[in-house]
Amino acid sequence: MNDFPIIRTAGVDGLLISFAATLSEPANRAALAFRATLDSEGWAGIEETSSSLVSAFIRFDPLQVSHGMLRKRAQDLLDQHDWYAAELPGGRRFWRIPTVFGTTMAPQLAQAAQAAGMSEDEATRSLSSARVRVQTIGFAPGQPYLGELPPAWDIPRQKELTPRVPEGALVVALRQLVLFSVTTPTGWQHVGQTAIQLFRPEADEPFLLRPGDEVQFVSTDVATIDRMRNDPRGGATCEVMA
Amino acid sequence: MSVHLTILRTGPGPTVQDQGRAGYLDMGLSRGGAADRLALVEGAALLGQSESLATLELPGIGGEFQADQDVRIALTGARMRAQIDGATAVWNASHLLPAGARLVIGPAVAGSYGYLHVGGGIQDERILGACSAHLTAGIGKPLQAGDRLMIGADAGGATGMTFEPEDRLSGGEIRIVASFQTDLFADDELDRLQATAFRRSDRANRMGVRLESDGPGFHVAGGRSVLSEAIVPGDIQITGDGTPFVLMAECQTTGGYPRIGTVLPCDLPKVAQAPAGAALRFRFVLLDEAVAAERAAAQARAALPRALRPLIRDPRSMSDLLSYQLISGAIARQDDVF
Repeated sequence: MNDFPIIRTAGVDGLLISFAATLSEPANRAALAFRATLDSEGWAGIEETSSSLVSAFIRFDPLQVSHGMLRKRAQDLLDQHDWYAAELPGGRRFWRIPTVFGTTMAPQLAQAAQAAGMSEDEATRSLSSARVRVQTIGFAPGQPYLGELPPAWDIPRQKELTPRVPEGALVVALRQLVLFSVTTPTGWQHVGQTAIQLFRPEADEPFLLRPGDEVQFVSTDVATIDRMRNDPRGGATCEVMA
Repeated sequence: MSVHLTILRTGPGPTVQDQGRAGYLDMGLSRGGAADRLALVEGAALLGQSESLATLELPGIGGEFQADQDVRIALTGARMRAQIDGATAVWNASHLLPAGARLVIGPAVAGSYGYLHVGGGIQDERILGACSAHLTAGIGKPLQAGDRLMIGADAGGATGMTFEPEDRLSGGEIRIVASFQTDLFADDELDRLQATAFRRSDRANRMGVRLESDGPGFHVAGGRSVLSEAIVPGDIQITGDGTPFVLMAECQTTGGYPRIGTVLPCDLPKVAQAPAGAALRFRFVLLDEAVAAERAAAQARAALPRALRPLIRDPRSMSDLLSYQLISGAIARQDDVF
């Protein structure tokens, strides 16, 4: 399919504007920028918008604005720009998040390293030196999908789910990292553990990360992480990117 | 002085619910809110108040409740047996709960989620703009015996009103539309989906409802590696072993399992209310038909306040028969009748 961007329905009251079939950096930027523009346009009938890895999503009231009308507006907006050349969102931040790689805290480092053709030390060096970007926040509150890792990390998800990885777990598959905001089952491989709390509903800043933010998972030891558990940010530091 | 409703006794899982919190999809937080949104609208109509007020959602199990002042209440959703100080309180109706009286609600006899509404609404702490507990996200928590809930100021109005609710407590045919991943499935899989007699599994909660059937699972053509993409409530997600799940109010916001279709929002209460074992069938409708169905449902909701009628009083159940003005037929405001 070469007909991207493409507009499709999501249920009765959703419209999905997708910029690619597979994840790519330009498609991710396009989705973020298109969604930001949708929000600033303030069209009647739109109830909320979001962006996923390569798509912008609109929830709307089809009794207030018809599918035909909204689709036409979205198409007109698509035609106005080269969205794949869009800038990243403004106000982005660079986070350094202390992370324990491997040990009993993150027991799947060895198997993930092997799948990526590396020793455990090489895998830790590779993952902790990568500067990855928040491509989208999704699945669970505040939970980022981060990428893109070097090609060696194009490893599959496991067939069997790991029944439970804890909040703050760093998992890897398909050249992406996910940092879990909740305790959950997953098919991704648990390679690192942080003490960060990504979603605190009653805090002034309930959601820590935003799409476009960049992150480095700085390698540290178990004792350091344990000390950082009192800090909701788990020892993470953040600076605004110029 | 503020009014409180105390939970004297309850089973697992009742929560405070309202319409949920929109606007946080981009932060990975789904809207949540009442499992049966129609029941919220019905309760609001019975009490003549806003649909945005918070209410108690009772997942199949009732409890015992007491207010410290006279409170108007309404009972909607899954049918349960209710009594106020021993006298039957009709379901799908509004009543006066006198100060100190015991409201006893039994387990659901039909449907899955019952609702106890109070005049003025439950005034729980608002988190991110709503009172709704979102258990999956860790917002709020299930209520338990001993909890004391603050009730908002009630503008007042009639009690002893009832209406005929839309029949949605026993499963049946569910209308779905094709969604953006439907064409990942071969036509004969879509046909089979519509031909299959599903049963609502006992594995169901505010996140999703698992569907069981006797046939084999459902599979996408050519494997299942799809990019994680936006999810909407009502999506029928096919998990790795081919089992369909209907995603509900507290669903995740994105996911990598393919979605074969999406339940019409106006049919979603029927899925939520279907009790374990209830038969469910799915039928694809075109988008135009779906929008027309939503319009008709919205009109029916808007017409609810006009569809109310007084409860018919059975003289045999009136212990204080002589105290009623039987001649004028007038029902005094705030006067509850059984």
